[in-house]
Amino acid sequence: MSTTPTTPKLDSKCPTGPVSERWDKHRFELKLVNPANKRKFHVLVVGTGLAGASAAASLAELGYKVSVLCIHDSPRRAHSIAAQGGINAAKNYPNDGDSVRRLFYDTVKGGDYRARESNVYRLAQVSNSIIDQCVAQGVPFAREYGGLLDNRSFGGAQVSRTFYARGQTGQQLLLGAYQALMRQVGLGKVALYPRREMLDLVVVDGVARGVIARELVSGAVERYAADAVLLCTGGYGNVFFLSTNAKFSNATAIWRAHKRGALFGNPCFTQIHPTCIPVSGSYQSKLTLMSESLRNDGRVWVPKSKGDRRSPDQIPDEERDYYLERIYPSFGNLVPRDIASRRAKEMADAGRGVGDNGMAVYLDFRDAIRRDGAPRIAEKYGNLFQMYERITADDPYKVPMRIYPAVHYTMGGLWVDYNLESTIPGLFVLGEANFSDHGANRLGASALMQGLADGYYVIPATIGSHFAGRKLGAVTTDHEAFRTTEAAVRTRLERLLSIDGKRSSDDFHRELGLVMWNHCGMARSEQGLKTALTKIRALRDEFWHDLRVLGSGEELNRELEKAGRVADFMELAELMVLDAEQRRESCGGHFREESQTEEGEALRDDANYCYVGAWQHTGEGANLAWTMHKESLTFEEVKLTQRSYK
Amino acid sequence: MSGGHDTHSHGLNLTLHVWRQKNAQDTGHFETYSLQGISEHCSFLEMLDQLNEQLLREGREPVAFDHDCREGICGSCSLVINGRAHGPDRETATCQLHMRRFHDGETIYIEPFRAKAFPVQRDLVTDRSAFDRIIAAGGFVSANTGSPQDANALPIPKEAADLAMDAAQCIGCGACVAACPNAAAMLFVGAKVSHLALLPQGQPERRKRVLAMVEQMDKEGFGNCGNIYECEAACPKGISVENIARMNREYLCASLTARPQGEAKGGF
Repeated sequence: MSTTPTTPKLDSKCPTGPVSERWDKHRFELKLVNPANKRKFHVLVVGTGLAGASAAASLAELGYKVSVLCIHDSPRRAHSIAAQGGINAAKNYPNDGDSVRRLFYDTVKGGDYRARESNVYRLAQVSNSIIDQCVAQGVPFAREYGGLLDNRSFGGAQVSRTFYARGQTGQQLLLGAYQALMRQVGLGKVALYPRREMLDLVVVDGVARGVIARELVSGAVERYAADAVLLCTGGYGNVFFLSTNAKFSNATAIWRAHKRGALFGNPCFTQIHPTCIPVSGSYQSKLTLMSESLRNDGRVWVPKSKGDRRSPDQIPDEERDYYLERIYPSFGNLVPRDIASRRAKEMADAGRGVGDNGMAVYLDFRDAIRRDGAPRIAEKYGNLFQMYERITADDPYKVPMRIYPAVHYTMGGLWVDYNLESTIPGLFVLGEANFSDHGANRLGASALMQGLADGYYVIPATIGSHFAGRKLGAVTTDHEAFRTTEAAVRTRLERLLSIDGKRSSDDFHRELGLVMWNHCGMARSEQGLKTALTKIRALRDEFWHDLRVLGSGEELNRELEKAGRVADFMELAELMVLDAEQRRESCGGHFREESQTEEGEALRDDANYCYVGAWQHTGEGANLAWTMHKESLTFEEVKLTQRSYK
Repeated sequence: MSGGHDTHSHGLNLTLHVWRQKNAQDTGHFETYSLQGISEHCSFLEMLDQLNEQLLREGREPVAFDHDCREGICGSCSLVINGRAHGPDRETATCQLHMRRFHDGETIYIEPFRAKAFPVQRDLVTDRSAFDRIIAAGGFVSANTGSPQDANALPIPKEAADLAMDAAQCIGCGACVAACPNAAAMLFVGAKVSHLALLPQGQPERRKRVLAMVEQMDKEGFGNCGNIYECEAACPKGISVENIARMNREYLCASLTARPQGEAKGGF
């Protein structure tokens, strides 16, 4: 690994001038494609979560020819569906002092000053249109008795700006986008290809011109050509094996694109969500999130004394430590996620955790139920309480929930400029798959906002500059680049099938996840990261010698699918560790033990690390290597300060 | 990452009869497996994960089943467990079903969702794309992305919004079809028709929508409702058959007032 300390060659294409006018100015300066010409351009969208479905529908409405690949049997099953709590917007409906500027400020600060001001301001600006658009589609947001929209609060904000649909906001927003997409499918404007997994990117003369995908039922390896490729394939939290991500969520699409030349931004920026149901056994296949909205009414506590094994109702108030309220009197239980997670870990590490193995803290609704009554609490969180009870067999109306942090979201992702274009021309990356707007920590209810902002409002405006600004020759799937890329994909599949070892890909994945959780999770240290590197390299080597995949490539073969994804996670894990190692500061979700304040808060080092680390893949196989480039971050609107939620 | 719960019991010993089918053309058959020491705290799908690890170790191909979010919202998981779609618990998708619901020594039959419109693709994996085609036929509000009016310019009574949300919760899993003796999709279609018919945004296309969706539903080979209500009993989201009644009213009204094709100018 080598770094280039010189001026980065990365061009963010961020507009200049007053921040509030930049998006308008940029849109005016962007080239347009006239309506009659739009149908000549073919856009390939990979993934159908909020970003992919909204982009595909919006681009088809504009007249572009659109094809969509989806890994599930239906586009409605993308993991955006599982987002519970809500979506932020700067509507200021509750009249509590919110504004576009405040949402912008909260997001930059919440991200610990590691995001671009221009991007975040644009996100805050389009947030209001997203709510309007979703309501127009018939998304059944929660309402007050007067018929107007209801809001609630989320971590990292002192205003109520979160719109929600019970505990199923992601589901309702995704169904809105999915229905818009299916309307275009019905109209013949979008060709939908379900059960397809993208396995490589096809680059022709330096421009992204298509992908190679595998049809998962027959195993057929297929070629898709286009004039632009949009990756909307989500995050890579499943590198940890145990996370709140769905089982299909994987990094393969962005990883393959990375290896074809797209730079990877801030790979180590991972969000550990504070309120998840704790791990219960070695059979565990995933973790389940309990929405952050619960912290509106639930109070987080642990016993004051170490090793107190009494049941929670036997512990009187004066012997409980409501530690978030104690340490952060002004934000209390609603501090941002990174802080809440770290403090929970601190309690467990100090021996004050609860539950069978002490790896949990309480989230208690006793006082809220006394204050508002159980029916009101049920109305707000009923489905979450039910979900909790199903998994744990405990009734949260009677017993406090036990919660613990779990991997939830990745702020890192493929580097993109202000147009959402990666370093490969014609390759755009939207939603969680890009590194963009959340800096080193994402605020709650901002992922839905960003996915839809990218898909509904940003890409329809920016993609035109690619079509109108570049001369794109005709490329079909007969092109040489398709042939060679397909051959590479086939070789790789055959290699995975022919190892004939003893261990399953899940088995390797679990081990990799544990290494990452222990050394590149909530706390990271020089020594731990070095250990992780050694272990990852050894494990990767073992993987390629001892993997067992049965069956063939010409059939529905889940083990083969998983093996390919784990192989990519094995490489991505190394890059995450390298990135965590070079960033010798703490910021947001990236906590370097060597860099903390006296009170144990993340200590940034703005003089040395106020940049995006953008990694270029430079060596393959045994010579796996990267070079890091830097995009400096400049702040004109927001003053960099030590984040304080006290 | 060792769990606290594991240590308390020796776990369940189970006999599984699992449907195996190589592909859509294969006729399929049950295979019997025995599984030892399953924790009662693990989920049904985690039990199947352990079966697959065991099969893999024995050099036998694992059982293919659909799953993804494993928290009851994506609608990927299916399975008919001991004759019931999504198993024995009410309002619970297979992925949320836990092994504490079963006892030591139990025999469990595991089959795919069965319906003409949901062909089996492999083992327990079925093709439910018929649902997508029904949505494509009319399950939407035609509102292109743009600059619509302010969200609060359209007040919606809380009761209507809540009823719409009750219907909109459908996860599109297809349990209603699997549970129905007629393999009817009317709970699924009724839920989407209701969601949009209950809201002001759904009004302009209200009649056209129900006609188009029902037509597509019939085309896909789904049966008709026989008022047995198995669908509601199997639905992991507890969606009420009231939505079927509403769809029938909507359909009747729309068919009585619809003009013959070609006559209508500017829609209904």
